[in-house]
Amino acid sequence: MSPRPGFVLDVDSSTPPTLFWRGERFSLEKLPEGSRVIYAPEPLEPLKDPVAAIRHALTHPVGDQKPLPDLLFPGMKLTIAFDDISLPLPPMERPDIRQMVIEQVLDMAATAGVDDVELIVALALHRRMTEPELRHAIGDRVYDAFAPNGLLTQHDAEDPDALTHLGLTDQGEDVEINKRAAESDLLVYVNINLVAMDGGHKSVATGLASYKSLLHHHNPATMVASKSFMDQHRSELHSANWRMGRLIKESGVNIFQIETTLNNDTFPEAFSFLQKREWEWKARDRVNYLASAAALNRTPPRVARGIFHNIKAPHRMTSVQAGEVEAVHKITTENVWAQQGVEVEGQTDILTMGLPYISPYNVNSILNPILVACLGLGYFFNLYRGKPLVREGGVLIMTHPTTPDFNPVHHPSYIDFFEQVLTETTDPVVMSEQFEEAFATDPWYRHLYRTGHAYHGVHPFYMWYWCAHALNHLGAVIIVGGDAKTVHRLGFRSATTLTDALEMARDVVGPSPSLTHIHTPPILMADVK
Amino acid sequence: MTRVRDALAGRRFFITGATGFLGTALVERILRTVPDAEMVLLIRPGRRATPMQRALKEIVKNDCFDRLREEYGDSFESQVVSRISAVAGDVGTDRMGLDDEGLDALSRCDVVVHSAATVSFDSPLDTAVEINLLGPSRVAAAIMAARELAATDGRTGPLHFIPVSTAYVASTHQGEAREELLDANPFSIDVDWRQEVDAARRQRGDTEAESRQPARLEQFLKEARQELGGAGLHLLAERSERIREDWVKKQMVTIGQARAQSLGWPDAYPYTKALGERALIQQYGDELPITIVRPSIIESAWAEPRAGWIRGFRMAEPIIISYARGLLKEFPGVPEGVTDVIPVDLVVAAIIAVAGDALASPEEYAGPSVYHVASGVRNPLRYARLVELVTNWFTEHPLYDADGQPIVVPEWTFPGRGRVQRQLIRATQAMELAERIVGALPIRGKQAEWMAGLEERRQLAERALGYVELYGAYTETDALYRVDRLLALWDRMDAGDQAMFNIDPGSVDWTTYVNEIHLPSIIEHSRVKTTPGKSVKPDRAVRARRNILSPDRHVAAFDLENTLMASNVVDCYAWLASRHLPPAERAAFVAGLVAEGPSLLALDRKDRGDFLRSFYQRYEDAPVAQLHDDGWELFHTLLLTKTFPDGLARLRRHRALGHRTILITGALDFVVEPLRPLFDEIVCAQLGQKDGLYTGRLEKLPPIGEARALILADYAESEGLRLDESIAYADSASDLPMLEAVGFPVAVNPEAKLAAIARRRGWHVEHWAKAAGGAQPRLPLGPFDTRRSRGADRRGVTTTSMAAMAGALRRRAGRPTGEGSEEHR
Repeated sequence: MSPRPGFVLDVDSSTPPTLFWRGERFSLEKLPEGSRVIYAPEPLEPLKDPVAAIRHALTHPVGDQKPLPDLLFPGMKLTIAFDDISLPLPPMERPDIRQMVIEQVLDMAATAGVDDVELIVALALHRRMTEPELRHAIGDRVYDAFAPNGLLTQHDAEDPDALTHLGLTDQGEDVEINKRAAESDLLVYVNINLVAMDGGHKSVATGLASYKSLLHHHNPATMVASKSFMDQHRSELHSANWRMGRLIKESGVNIFQIETTLNNDTFPEAFSFLQKREWEWKARDRVNYLASAAALNRTPPRVARGIFHNIKAPHRMTSVQAGEVEAVHKITTENVWAQQGVEVEGQTDILTMGLPYISPYNVNSILNPILVACLGLGYFFNLYRGKPLVREGGVLIMTHPTTPDFNPVHHPSYIDFFEQVLTETTDPVVMSEQFEEAFATDPWYRHLYRTGHAYHGVHPFYMWYWCAHALNHLGAVIIVGGDAKTVHRLGFRSATTLTDALEMARDVVGPSPSLTHIHTPPILMADVK
Repeated sequence: MTRVRDALAGRRFFITGATGFLGTALVERILRTVPDAEMVLLIRPGRRATPMQRALKEIVKNDCFDRLREEYGDSFESQVVSRISAVAGDVGTDRMGLDDEGLDALSRCDVVVHSAATVSFDSPLDTAVEINLLGPSRVAAAIMAARELAATDGRTGPLHFIPVSTAYVASTHQGEAREELLDANPFSIDVDWRQEVDAARRQRGDTEAESRQPARLEQFLKEARQELGGAGLHLLAERSERIREDWVKKQMVTIGQARAQSLGWPDAYPYTKALGERALIQQYGDELPITIVRPSIIESAWAEPRAGWIRGFRMAEPIIISYARGLLKEFPGVPEGVTDVIPVDLVVAAIIAVAGDALASPEEYAGPSVYHVASGVRNPLRYARLVELVTNWFTEHPLYDADGQPIVVPEWTFPGRGRVQRQLIRATQAMELAERIVGALPIRGKQAEWMAGLEERRQLAERALGYVELYGAYTETDALYRVDRLLALWDRMDAGDQAMFNIDPGSVDWTTYVNEIHLPSIIEHSRVKTTPGKSVKPDRAVRARRNILSPDRHVAAFDLENTLMASNVVDCYAWLASRHLPPAERAAFVAGLVAEGPSLLALDRKDRGDFLRSFYQRYEDAPVAQLHDDGWELFHTLLLTKTFPDGLARLRRHRALGHRTILITGALDFVVEPLRPLFDEIVCAQLGQKDGLYTGRLEKLPPIGEARALILADYAESEGLRLDESIAYADSASDLPMLEAVGFPVAVNPEAKLAAIARRRGWHVEHWAKAAGGAQPRLPLGPFDTRRSRGADRRGVTTTSMAAMAGALRRRAGRPTGEGSEEHR
């Protein structure tokens, strides 16, 4: 039986309650009759022999690029850059796609007699990965061959000695990227394209860029003009990256782009009810739900967080394509859409969503309040093509505990952002003008970013800019079950129950509103007609 | 016609004890009511200010003078200065220690009022003897000298001497006491005052000697250490000397009380006062016109200068407040007994009236005589009535506890004094015990503050106990102080004087006095909580923070452990050592370290320096390069999760304000290295090295205790910065020297001892917590270093040195930590 496509359910009196994520917990909520629930398509069939598929892709590139073996020669400088801990979500069961791809690339390089090979984690301003995380991503064999000899490095956007300025785009944007990558004879970039935003020119132009270069598109103006940033053709974020990518190419950096897509098999067997449609739950799913919901309610959040972050997703590879960046990315985008696209008729007054424990920026960490905002207003809100799911002036309701807790190792500048910036303003434009530079250039944050495992000082600002489009668009944001003081600090409204939240929403959008629930994860993309 | 005022107009008064409750009111009243009268005030010489400056600051600034300030307007200062002068002197020394100038000033006075006394119940015997017993005679001696001086100029000198005594010298026994000299009082036991003086002085010498016995001194030092922990020699010495002085004082109080009681007095106060009267009359009764004024218990003003005026926290107030707070359940007393209270303005008026009367009719005052100023006979306030008034008032106007709940005052049962004392003693003992137990626990932060609160409550209970001991005797006495002479004087006064100087105890309406005057006045003075609702965060903290974060500050010094992060040297060691232990051996390693915990803690508490020295030996033979590498990992994976984000934010704020920041810590250099960007200067411990390995011995004294204060002082001096403009943050009493060295000490998550100290001294306290969202490992175990176990490190640390390190650290772990810890095993 082939996997079923995505589905929009109309809630009627016989519809069972709908699952809402609440961070490390979840609940079943009865939605009003007439509401719609959007479900993702079922997981696509994975590639039967991924290694063969990878080798095929490397030897049969798309677009204006030669097969990989033809690009390899003795004495050359080869750099392999790959996506960091933010992909995929949740982290996948071993072997990770990056390991599978890199092993094949290294195999071909060895065959060609290439001995100057370096691996670079394309961190941009993300935190450096830990040893166990790296081992998981690229496998012990690759790690042990490179790391002890200093040949596995993590991109440092603040190391002036390790950056090269390639020039300005026609819009005057600085293009400054990793020096080793820029000076290599060949730069192989290994992507995991979890969502449509990932990959393309963004891989190198963002992943290996400096702060100076990033600030040209990581800003409120760009984000407001990206509708959505999941839709390359209507995203200013992408336009900027494409301008930069083309300049990188013109500068002579030879990029061999490898992109891969995953199916949306997100949770292991014990949690598989999380990705099923509620009315199709079997007895076992119900038991699993009841058992885990009850257990989680009695588990301290810290412990529950540990349990969830240990989850490795059974994602499988559905496609791999390699070659010239733009040609590769076109195919990838289509493959992502095949897994995630759902056609939705018309916008809604109220959009509801349950926020899970994880976002790209808190793997093995806590979803702090700023990341809560970013996950809801930045990511989930933008999972659309065409028009936003919710109409302009509509209300977004999210469920999440939203406690004011932060990870001091990963998110030190977030703590100060929460205490010093959000207490003054929640306006992305105001904060970018008044506060961004101080955080971005702060020597202590820079120190922690460069030597530890901290996100760059400016990162919380980016998270807030990610919300800019939604903040402009929405009439109100309500968080259900959140810590009231924290929710207010974010500039949102706080409700105890979904029923209360719906009452509050009616004050904004009027009586008898339409309601749509986006049932994610698994990730879906709404094609709003 | 105003006989009293006419007699006093333009006269000059000499007043002792002007800075006291009664004295202040007297000065104000004379200024306000006696035309052109001038005053010479005896002021104890201060180190900085002249007597006149002190007089202006300590007397005239008081709100007693608000009424005059208003009446005189702009001319207040000039009026006051033109009519008041001050001379340096002390009633505790012969002839009041007057110099020639002072004696000359005295010789030009007409009336001398001696109101200086030590009224507190806990005066040491010898102090009470010097001031209360010998004081009046010393003043009289000075007056005699002044009269001689005046005679050389053909003047007469002081005409009349009015010493203020207390009604309780007459009797604390049942029955009525007349206004007569003690010689005429059949109940007054006649002892030779000279012998008493000698005995008291001898006893001081003996007690001082006793306090210097080695066993005692050892005990004092032990107590000091208990209080301050390892704060360093200098502070301990200072503290133990204070404890010795306190001990001597306490002994002298006990001795005084015992002696007084053996002679039938409740305590040293009436005993010394009575002997003072006797000494004065015996020596000068025939030579000098003397009129003794004996008030009973002086309380807040009935009407002058305004109803309810009071100065200082009087004796009855702590009792009333303790009762209103529910601390004191009962107060001993006989329900039908009389509580003899007299408002201060009546006493002041009586002194002035007596002075005026004496000057107007000197023949009537040729021999020594006595006036009582008391309410018991003319207008008795029964004890039961007082209790009823107080109880009703606090039922209607309850105080509120910290949670904003009204405190219900207890039902009064009129118990005997013994029972109340036992009750209080039990309460104070229980609190003392709790305090000692809590003080020994390794708690900090909020709990430690709670404990400091415990101490405060104990002190209040202790004070109440003291007052019960003192006042108990008075409320239980049935003595009635007759006021026939006072009333006769009142009758002699004409209408004008009567309007100006109310001395009639019958004029006081006790219900109005208690309900509308005295209790509101006490409540206002005692800063207790009189409104419901949780107390809002005191803006004192806000002010303190503003002060600390002023751009004017120079240096911000920080301790590390428990000030900026919840970590310690043992954690760090455990992490670093376990990082190189194969997984199989880690459990045993941790178990060993945990078992050692109590002895390590004990050693740390006893002497931080010894602890560090012995503990750091464990790093012997550990490879230097390896530890420096691991230090970074330690910081980013363990220490950072234990940092206090508020603390780091504060530190960074100081930097942003341009303050210098300095870290002073006993932690090792390779542990604190990752913190370097936060500080202008880091002073930490360093181990010696040999052939790339650590020797396990400190290179120099670790920067702890007093060394911190010195380091900070040196730093400030070399950089041209000022310590009084600097801030220090620390968590433990062992950091006292550093905290005391700066102008703005801040106690961070203080452990019990420091919490108590901070509270007493009003230091700013911060409570900083770890970020809740970080990983919080139960055990400080380093992740096993697989990287280094699989290949050579590019920085040249080989697997061999890794193994050596594991071996070295493991060996150390099993070894005794040094002599200090042995005795704790």
